[in-house]
Amino acid sequence: MSQVPRPGDRLPTRTFRYTRERLVAYAAASGDHNPIHWSDSRAAAVGLPGVIAHGMLGMGVAATAVTRWAGERATLVEYGTRFTRPVLVPDTADGVDLTVDGTVGDVREDGTVRVDLTVRCGEQKVLARTRAVLAYDR
Amino acid sequence: MSAATLDPSCAGRTYPPTEPYEVGREKIREFAAVLGAPAGDGAVAPPTFPIVLSLHVMKQILDDPDLGFDFARAVHRDQRFESVRPVRAGDRLTVSVEIVAAETVDGNDVVTLRGHLREADGGAPVCTTTSTLVSRKEEAV
Repeated sequence: MSQVPRPGDRLPTRTFRYTRERLVAYAAASGDHNPIHWSDSRAAAVGLPGVIAHGMLGMGVAATAVTRWAGERATLVEYGTRFTRPVLVPDTADGVDLTVDGTVGDVREDGTVRVDLTVRCGEQKVLARTRAVLAYDR
Repeated sequence: MSAATLDPSCAGRTYPPTEPYEVGREKIREFAAVLGAPAGDGAVAPPTFPIVLSLHVMKQILDDPDLGFDFARAVHRDQRFESVRPVRAGDRLTVSVEIVAAETVDGNDVVTLRGHLREADGGAPVCTTTSTLVSRKEEAV
């Protein structure tokens, strides 16, 4: 991003592929080894239809969409979301795709910028109220 | 399965800071790579990296049987980060966790925990993580 953001500016749509391999990699990187993220039988034992992705993986890739757009001068000073729908990740080579869209919602007098994000798997939104506030180095 | 019920009086409980966690460059790169984030030289961590520190402590707290929270049935409902600055390689950080809220709603146990990440030397605040977890009642599945 080379110019000052304005309300209504859109972030480029980004797609992130979720595979079982990626969930295992996130488990290792994050230390969240909950078996619902890698074992169908353990997921079923707690009433889930199958292995689901870590919610924090979705929140993390959505942050990637923001930081890639905003560049190195920006810091996410606030970032929040609600996890509304689990993402089922099939045991296939292709997995499923997560899509992240974003819009600049507000540019404040103090120079911070609010970005509103939409995260979908197929047509369904999987996160709600996903908002990031960016501060820029001067 | 566990018939434990959540102890609502645990709200307000605070836990002492952890031993310092030293943030490694390769850990940052590993975390960034999974998120498709620009890792660069691994000097600056992605925005959600603080969860690595907080989650570990929260799990220890919630695994305490006295609390009556069934972590095996828990899902993450809300997450929020408030950052003073990004986490960087070489940071030595402590985490202090407090239980902000604990209640049972429609049979589901809902807990909110806040983790304060601070510099081990001097105690300057770096980031707060606020996490709400829901342990679902068994028949709701």
